This record gives sequence, C-alpha cells and structure tokens, in this order.
Amino acid sequence: MTRHTIHQVAVWSLTASFVLSTLAAASAQTTKAKVEKTSAAPVEKKAPPEKPVKVAKYEPAPDYNIPQVAVINKEIRAVWTDNNLTPSAPALDQEWCRRVYLDIVGRIPSVQELREFVLSKESDKKPKLVSKLLYDDKYTEEYARTATTKWTNILIGRNGGTEQNSLTSRPGMQKYLRDCFARNKPYDKMVYELVTATGQTTPGAEGYNGATNFLIMKLDEKGAQATAQIAKVFLGLQVQCTQCHNHPFNEWKQKKFWEFNAFVQQTRALRKFVPGTRDVASAELINQDFAGEGGGGDATEAIIYYELRNGLLESAFPVFVDGTAISKSGYLSDCDRRTELGKLILKSEYMDKTIANRMWAHFMGYGFTKPIDDMGPHNAATHPALLTYLGQEVRKNSFNLKELIRWIVLSEPYSLSSRGVPGNKADDPLLGETPKFTHFYLRGMGAEELYESLLVATQAHKTRGSYEDQEKAKSDWLQQFTIAFGTDEGDEATTFNGTIPQALMMFNGDLIKKATGTEKGSFLETIATSNLKPAGKIEYIFEAALSRGPTNREIEAANKILEWRKGDATAALQDLFWVVLNTNEFILQH
Amino acid sequence: MLTTPTGMSRRHFMSHMAGAAAITVPALSLTQTLRANAADLKKRHKAAILLWMSGGPSTMDIWDLKPGAATGGTFKPISTKGDMQISEHMPLTANVMDKLSIVRSMSTREADHQRGRYYMHTGYVPNPNIEYPSYGAVISHELEDQSKAMDLEIPPFVSVGGGSEGPGFLGMAYSPFVVSSNGQVRNLEMGMDEQRLMQRMAALDLVEKGFISQNRGSAADDHQKILKKTLALMTSPQMDAFKVAKEPKDVQDKYGTTPFARGCLMARRLVEAGVPFVEVDLGGWDNHNDIFRTLSATKLPELDKAMAALTSDLDERGLLQDTAIIWMGEFSRTPRINGNGGRDHWARSWSVVLGGAGMKGGLAVGKTNEDGTSVETDPYTSQDVMATVCKSLGISLETTFTSKSGRPMKIANGGKVIKELFA
Repeated sequence: MTRHTIHQVAVWSLTASFVLSTLAAASAQTTKAKVEKTSAAPVEKKAPPEKPVKVAKYEPAPDYNIPQVAVINKEIRAVWTDNNLTPSAPALDQEWCRRVYLDIVGRIPSVQELREFVLSKESDKKPKLVSKLLYDDKYTEEYARTATTKWTNILIGRNGGTEQNSLTSRPGMQKYLRDCFARNKPYDKMVYELVTATGQTTPGAEGYNGATNFLIMKLDEKGAQATAQIAKVFLGLQVQCTQCHNHPFNEWKQKKFWEFNAFVQQTRALRKFVPGTRDVASAELINQDFAGEGGGGDATEAIIYYELRNGLLESAFPVFVDGTAISKSGYLSDCDRRTELGKLILKSEYMDKTIANRMWAHFMGYGFTKPIDDMGPHNAATHPALLTYLGQEVRKNSFNLKELIRWIVLSEPYSLSSRGVPGNKADDPLLGETPKFTHFYLRGMGAEELYESLLVATQAHKTRGSYEDQEKAKSDWLQQFTIAFGTDEGDEATTFNGTIPQALMMFNGDLIKKATGTEKGSFLETIATSNLKPAGKIEYIFEAALSRGPTNREIEAANKILEWRKGDATAALQDLFWVVLNTNEFILQH
Repeated sequence: MLTTPTGMSRRHFMSHMAGAAAITVPALSLTQTLRANAADLKKRHKAAILLWMSGGPSTMDIWDLKPGAATGGTFKPISTKGDMQISEHMPLTANVMDKLSIVRSMSTREADHQRGRYYMHTGYVPNPNIEYPSYGAVISHELEDQSKAMDLEIPPFVSVGGGSEGPGFLGMAYSPFVVSSNGQVRNLEMGMDEQRLMQRMAALDLVEKGFISQNRGSAADDHQKILKKTLALMTSPQMDAFKVAKEPKDVQDKYGTTPFARGCLMARRLVEAGVPFVEVDLGGWDNHNDIFRTLSATKLPELDKAMAALTSDLDERGLLQDTAIIWMGEFSRTPRINGNGGRDHWARSWSVVLGGAGMKGGLAVGKTNEDGTSVETDPYTSQDVMATVCKSLGISLETTFTSKSGRPMKIANGGKVIKELFA
C-alpha cells in the first residue's frame, strides 16, 4: 500500500512551524507594520478581516545606492504627483519574491527558495536575490532559457521553424540566443550579429551561425519582411504599411521604406534538398553582389525600384533612417550593405530606447508606448524623459541587459503591491488610462512560464532530458495554443490568454494530470509519505503553488477535502494541489 | 450549510454555490439535474455566421469581375440565380446567389493585415488606449437574453479555425471560443467523477474569492467567470454540436472535406444549437504571387463548395431566415497585377457578401469603375456592414455601450444601414 492514510482523525489541525505562522500571518495582513510577533501560532484563530489600510505618511522607497534606481523612482513619482495619485503599499516579501523569480528566471520559486528569502533578516536581501538570479551560475541556465524563449518569439514568432520544410531552424535560433544570454553578450553585439549574420541555420552544419535564423525566411518579396522586422524589433519603428504607400499618420514615407530595404538587397537564402526529394535539408544565408534591378543594371550603382500608388516607378539606394547614405555600389567588395546597416543601427538612439522600452514592459506589464515596438513620433511615450534616460544608461553601461534588469526590478514601481488603494483607482490601463505604475498590474502567466513553474513546483525539473529534448517537448506542448492567421507576414496569436481553452487545459490537461499524479515517487506521493506534520503538508502545497501559506479558512477547506476523501491524505493533497493550481492567484503574475 | 433542492439546474446550483459562504458540496450527480430543453431549441432564434477570409481575398476576381480591363485578370464572369454575375470559379455559389447579395462599393483605409483585421472585426481603427470588442463579442452580448432563454452552455461566440478578435472592454466572458475545425475540443474530458470535481470547485471558489477580495484588478474576477463557463461546458450535452462527424455522410460530402468545409458544417450545427455568433476562418488569400493559379486551383473551389452548401443547407432547414451570413476579409487586392503575377494589398474599392436574416438576396449593391480602382456609388465601410447585420438581427442601432472608463460608444460605431438590402 503506497498511500499514506490518516485513520484516526480526519482533520489536519494546524500545529504550525515558525515558518508557517510567519507566512500565513503575513499573507493575511496588508502591511508588514501590523504583523504581530507570534510566539504561539494562531492555531484556531480566524484570520483577521481584511481592511483597507490607510496609507499614512509616504516614505520614499529605497534606491540601494543605485543612481538609476533613484532616477526611476523620482521620474515615476513625479507623474503620481502630477496626477494626484497615491501609490499602493509595498508588496509582501513573498509576493515580491515570486514576482522576481517569474520575471527573471521564468518560473515561480521553489518552497526552499521562497523560505530562504522570506526568513532572511538582512536589509539588503532584495538586491542580493536579484544579484543571485542574474549572476549566480546556478541560475544561468534558467535565466538564459527565459530570455531565449522571449527572444525566439520576438525574432521568429511562436510558429517559426515549426512548419513543414521551413528554412528556419528553431533549435538553431535557440542555441544562438541561449549562448548570448548565458554569456550575457552585450545587447548591441547581439543586434549586430542578428542583422549581419551569414552562414548555416542548423546546429551541427558546417558554418553554422544560429543568428541567420532571424532573417532566413524574411527575404521573399524583395526582403520586405526583413526590412519591416529589423526596423520594428531593433528600432521600434513600424514601417510595414509604408511598403506600398505613404502612411497617413506615420512619418515614414514610402521612399524611406525602400531606402531601408536597399540594405538587404545583397542577401540571399540558399536551400539544399535531401537528395531525390523536395525536402529541405539545410539552409544558408549568404551575401552576394547585387547588380541592381531592371536588367543590365550597373552594379556600381545598384538600384531598386518600387511602385507608387499611381503605378509610376521610383528608385532607391540605401539610406538609413537618419538620412545617412552609404555607397550605391552593389559589389560586396565595395560595400557590404548589411554590415553597414548593422553599424548604423548600433549608432542609433532608437535602438537604446527600444530595448529600454521592451525590458520595462517585460517587467512592468506595460511599456512606455503601446505597442512597445511602435515608437515613432506619432506615438508619444508616457514617460518620455525616463525612457530617454534609460536608453542612455543602457548605452553607458555597455549594453549590459542584466544591469538594466537590476534597475527595473529594484525600483519602487516594481516593488509595489498589486492591491489597489482608493488613491490609485484611476490608474488602470484596462480603463484606457495610460499606465502610471502606482501599483503592480496583474497579468497572466505565459504558457512557457506555466510549463516551467509546474516542473519546478513538482520537482520534475531534476529528471529532465537533454536541453534539446526539453525544448522540443515544451514546444510541442505550446503548439496547442498557437493560432496562425494565414498571412504572408506570419501573424499569429495565442489562446493561452485566460480564455476557456486555457481553463480546460488547467482542469484536465496532461500537464496538470502529470503534476497532480500520485504514483510512487511523484511530487504528491513524496509529500504525502514524508514525515512532515499534516499541517506542514498543506502548507507545503500552498507555498509550492502560491508562494504563501494557507489562511485559516483555507485550512478548514483542506480539512473538508480530507473528510470527503475519507481520510486518504494522498488523494486529499491531490485535490488541494489541483485547486491551488487552478486559482487566479496562481496563474496571475501579481 | 448549503443544501440543494431537488430539480435545481446545475447552473442555478453553481450560482448558488458561488454565493454561499460555507464550503460544503452535497452528493449530487450533475447529469440528473440537467434540464431538457429541446422544445426551446426549436424556437426561432437569431444568429450570424462570419466567413472570415484571412489574408485579404481579391474580390475583383470573385464578386466584381472586370473582363476586358487591363486590371481584369484571366477569370470570366458567369451568370447566377441572382441579378449579378460572379467568377466562373464559383459555379455552385452562383446557384445560391438569389439568397446572397454583393456589396460592391466597400471602401476602407486599412491595408495592413493586423490593422485591417482589427478594423473589419470592430469598426474601429486600433487605438493604444482602448480595446474595442469584435463584432462576435458585440452580437453575442446583444443576444444574451436569447442565449439565456435557450439555456445555452456553449460559449456564445465560437471561432472555428482562426483566432478572430477579442472582446475588448466587454470582458473575457465574450471572448471567442477558439476551436479547430476537426470538432475536437481539447481537454474536455474530466477524468474524474462529477462529485469530486464539484468538491474541488467548491474549495477553488473559496481561494479565488479570497484573492478577488484583495482588490487587485479585474483580471482576478475575469478568471472566476471563465472557470464557471468552463465547468458548464465540460458537463454540457450541447457539446455534441461540435461533432461534425455525426452528420450524415451525404451532408458532409455536400460541404466538402477541407477544414473550412467542416468549419462551415460545424457553424450550421452550432447555430442550430443556439450559438448566436460563429466565425469560420479560411486563410491563404494573401496572394502577392501567382494569384490566378492559386485561386482557380485551390482557394475558390474550396470556398465555392462550402459556401454554397452552407447557404442552401441553412435555407432548407428554415434557419436562413434568422441567420445572417457575412463573407469578408480584412481588405482586398490591388487591381493592378504586379510583376510576380500577384496582387498586393488594397482597401479603396472592394466587395463583401451579405445574406440571410431578412436581408435581400440576389442584388449587387454599389458599383466600382471600369478597372475596379475606385467606387462610383456611396462608399460603405466596416461600420456600415455591422449596422446592416445588426438591423437584420433585430439589434437596435441606438444601443450604446459604456466602456470601463465611462466613455459611451454607439454600436457599430455609428455605421449606416445598407438600405437596398431591406425591403
């Protein structure tokens, strides 16, 4: 008999450890100030009713002697003052801890990691945790995996490389990115490599260069997609509409699109087939001389043509966004156009602002512009001075993205509770207001974060296969949520967005079935048969999923479940774990 | 303690439970309490089916041909049962054109896929500060009383084979329920007995409420609403409507075997079951290259067969008189044929098709010029299409929504009804 059964009393009375009482009490309070020192655990006491806490005198948040943090705090606060808004109280330690694990390493903290942080009395425990997650070898792989997942979706989409006979190698893209983030390659270097890459797309191939996967499938129709994506991803400029006409409210003109496009005209994708079939064996991104369009053109002045709405043809040569023109020659020996483009992008202030905005949005839920990669003059930023400043600081700090992350997660707006107060009710971007960051905005966990979190919560990450196998398994699972729109631009969406398909997966899906399995050696069976006291088991389940202990009412509910399961502790823990995994509190980053 | 009176429906039970403080779930078998409502289902009810052509189909090669013009392409027009001609590659649909009408004077401004898709689904151009509800969300919202009266447990807005657009400020409850055209809804099987599930739900409800009470924003409440809908769905016999394979073989054959064909058949089954809005997606219209071969060899035969079958099937079952059919994409394609034998994005002059729910069939409304580059009659927009569909479904055009920020917004963004389609 593998099930651990409580025969005598079908009640898990709470005889809490110190950790448990601290966590439970803290979660029932809205501020730390009110937490009583409990020598005896609040065993049968009802949790105190939750009252809105009056925010007394406003105390400036710590800046940990980091000047960038001080500037963020100041700039964000200035907007609160202008709008007469009151910020929420700081988030509880366990909330902040969960938040920072999710955003930096892409998963919730394990019970052990959570307890270590919450119990620490050090005044600098927050900066210490951030340093650990960013720079400790133990977390390098998870940090790199999280960033790789995010950037793979940015660069080639959720579907890129999954279609039949795609030239894109998803593993090739991921291998390249993982290497970038594991080594903390400066961002400008990464951008340069992605823009200028040549070589084979697939790992293991001779001349492999994973960076080629960004552009390899974007060269159809004279490289229109390559043009639009380079501008959007790295410069925050949306130019796709101007391919065919001057845009009514975007300052970009059609001419600019084609001048920018001229930079990718020496670029070609070569494919090799499996002998005797039309199956793609490999693909290579190369540069070659460009003779210009129109037949019999002069390669020293390699021209391209585009069509105006009235049918007339216009011509273009490579000119960057800021008006810098380069050689008109199409000969590589004279001028490698993509290399020149790479150099020009690295000099552009747009690159700095775009990465600052993107990272801010990743951590805060909203960027300074919406969408984050549309930063042209027609779309004003909510905090323009701060955006410019952060862009400049990233450049000053050699494009070390980990430093940018440190500034953001140690800033005051990131530290605030997601609980609203009367003084910031108006700050709700869902009401069409621009974000003022007076509280932390709820947002749904991504499908990838859920996947990784469940592995860690159930300790399943310890027995994973090779990196490639893991990514393949995850990618297969993620496909169920991806919808392609059937356009040439590869537009797509996800159904992992809080709707019924997501809820069905959380109720009944294989991933949840596995996480709540009770076979020998499983997470739940291990807890059920451990020598933890009954209350400790409930607490463990809550901490594993919600990063907090249970409230008294939740303990009552757990007891009721045990009664329903007729004292079968394993079955009851299974129910309980299923319940907490299906809550709003679990699935929402808060 | 919560007790459950006998005969209480599950929905009633769920709402009761949601309001109860105690977490106690009585022994209850859900299936026993399901109310048969076959009689209600037979009642006349309103619905709309949107055939969404993702990518932007070239309407001058389908609905508004220009034979002889330099822009005209290679297709020839054929006569139809209605008072207009259409493409030779749409022979089956030609036979039902007495039931459908073409609006040939659409003129819009959005020729980017994402923007056009959003605009044609909402009647608004994208705005960074507000998310507008898509037409499916609006119509399922407006027909909510009907859905309630029919005890509809399937989500009121179903999107088959594509993502549609979201519910915007109307909230997650009006999100498109996205299914693939094979009729299988993933993860629908419970894998545990109902009583245990209900017990879990009771405990879940308690933890959810705790979080909601902490005033952290609407996402927390939305989550709970979706859970309730999901539970209803999982235990509903109405889910049978998704099972296209249950349809007689001759009916299946009539629609065809492609995913779009199965989606159209599913749409009919869903409408029969009382779903007020179904969108069926057919992609592959972004024909920058080799357009005439692509259209004649694959896209049009697929569309033709399924669209004709859907129209006549709805008609034969008496459903067409209450079901609006809308055929459209995000825009159309350039009259000029490009160097790759394709057509590019074009929104200035194009066509949509409307029919059913009291809209007149057999008409060509509006006119484009000789080479199809501009409209010569009153131009129509996304808003006008929506206003027209609303009128056909008996939804008042005076309806005003209030966004969460309190901004009032007129249904269909103030579009005007296309009068020719009504007697």
